Amino acid sequence: MDRERRLSEKAREEIRRLQGLYPQARSALLPALFVAQGEEGYLSEEALEEVAELFDLPLSEVASVASFYTLFHRRPVGRHVIHFCTNLSCMLNGAEEILAHLCRRLGIQPGETTRDGLFTVKKAECLAACDIAPMMLVDEEVYGNLTPQKVDEILGKYREEGSG
Amino acid sequence: MPEKLLTRYIHEPDQADITTYIRRGGYEAARRALRELTPEQIIEMVDQAGLRGRGGAGFPTGRKWRFVPKHAPVKYVVVNADEGEPGTFKDRTLMERDPHQLLEGIILASYAIGAHKAFIYLRGEFYGARRQLQRAIAQATERGFLGRNIFGSDFSLDVVLHTGAGAYIAGEETALLESLEGKRAMPRLKPPYFPAVMGLYSQPTALNNVETLCHVTQIVRHGPEWYKEQGPPVLFSVSGHVARPGLYELPLGIPLRELIFSHAGGIRGGRRFKACFPGGSSSMLLVEEHLDVPMDYESLARVGSMLGSGAVIVMDETTCMVKVIARAVEFYRDESCGKCTPCREGTVWLSQIFDRILQGRGRREDLDLLESIARNMTGTCFCPLGESVPPSLRASLLYFHDEYEAHIRTGRCNVLQPV
Repeated sequence: MDRERRLSEKAREEIRRLQGLYPQARSALLPALFVAQGEEGYLSEEALEEVAELFDLPLSEVASVASFYTLFHRRPVGRHVIHFCTNLSCMLNGAEEILAHLCRRLGIQPGETTRDGLFTVKKAECLAACDIAPMMLVDEEVYGNLTPQKVDEILGKYREEGSG
Repeated sequence: MPEKLLTRYIHEPDQADITTYIRRGGYEAARRALRELTPEQIIEMVDQAGLRGRGGAGFPTGRKWRFVPKHAPVKYVVVNADEGEPGTFKDRTLMERDPHQLLEGIILASYAIGAHKAFIYLRGEFYGARRQLQRAIAQATERGFLGRNIFGSDFSLDVVLHTGAGAYIAGEETALLESLEGKRAMPRLKPPYFPAVMGLYSQPTALNNVETLCHVTQIVRHGPEWYKEQGPPVLFSVSGHVARPGLYELPLGIPLRELIFSHAGGIRGGRRFKACFPGGSSSMLLVEEHLDVPMDYESLARVGSMLGSGAVIVMDETTCMVKVIARAVEFYRDESCGKCTPCREGTVWLSQIFDRILQGRGRREDLDLLESIARNMTGTCFCPLGESVPPSLRASLLYFHDEYEAHIRTGRCNVLQPV
């Protein structure tokens, strides 16, 4: 009996489609890892193994690639991932204090996940929105010109969605 | 007053839609080029315009294209849309607000070098740009501007949008190609791996930055003469302690002072200017005595810095320069791919020294040590990432020596109001 699969048939189909976009299928490895990550919210060892099979690559090779890039999570993350920019332009505009405020509100340190599993906070490098520094990315949304009050409002919005 | 070309419509909410883009003259350049111009004529126009790559290295675009062997059976165009140089936000803005301007540039570049497949390597974190580009590619394909027999010509082109996954080093051209081949983004040795001759899958590849290709669209649309009369234009991303941070399209060679004080509104809160990075954190730090430098390739090289990506990060008098350089070093440490020793080890060592200086545990000999590590990293790193560290570090040791001294002597910052 096969062990339980981590990648759905739909995900496998999508990965095969992505492989077809490139002259060499291996080019689809990063996009495929995003598909795999979409299944469980992070890349489990088992998911990496299944991706490796689809690419006919050793697990070590796929794990090595996955570990190189910051957008791949090797451990479970919260429902919302906050990438908080701490690079120069944001730092000059008070990012440290805002980040400290955010972490206090959530009761976690950068790199950690809240106990309710709603938020993970990660320090990020320049996210190319320096004109609205200090800024952060919540999932796919950009929030800029941050103040402590604005951070509270944004957190409130996501909490409401979470309980709604 | 020179006209804005690349950013003319970026504040118009409907510019990202193909109908509006066409109504404003979009895709006319590509249509005309494919019907009436030879690939050689396009390269000549780009040469005449004097266009240099806007990713940071500033290499002449036309010359780069000429390195691509004419009769190679398979060639590629790869767009470097992995904008990550700290302080830079021009490419993301161009892609989000005017994605067809980029697609038109891709068509022109592909036709010029004879490529039938193009890849956009988009930074993973650019979700907004991804949505716009996906829609733009779908719209252009539907109209027959991408795909088979574009504009009824015998030229065909497929564009694939590829997403990166978070790695600054993937913006280095050969590392980008490694990443696009599904590997860790580690730079390749040049020679032999010059992308123009041995690029993606070891085939000849024209690799250009987003802004560069948007310039190509404007050059072919308006002709190189008129284009040049508008500056030629360059995009500056201005941020930090300025009153009006933002994206500014201005003539190449505008004095730094005018850019900061006239266009970006000067220093916020009536404070004094202290220093700035003129072309991203990889460009050498400039100070007050440099304010009259013209923002062009040669003038900035003459003072030891570079135009880079045109990202001007401005710092006022309250800024602790030790902290700024420490943060920059930390960035290069975290983003170092680990391939070469000077970068991998040098950035870690520098970071450790900066940590103890900032924690008030600095040693007298640390300043010589910083200088010595910087010297040993200069010219010894495998790629520009590690080479970006020493210039600003050394400049800070030269211009702000007293700040380092104060940290070491008193364990605290002597700057008015540290950031």
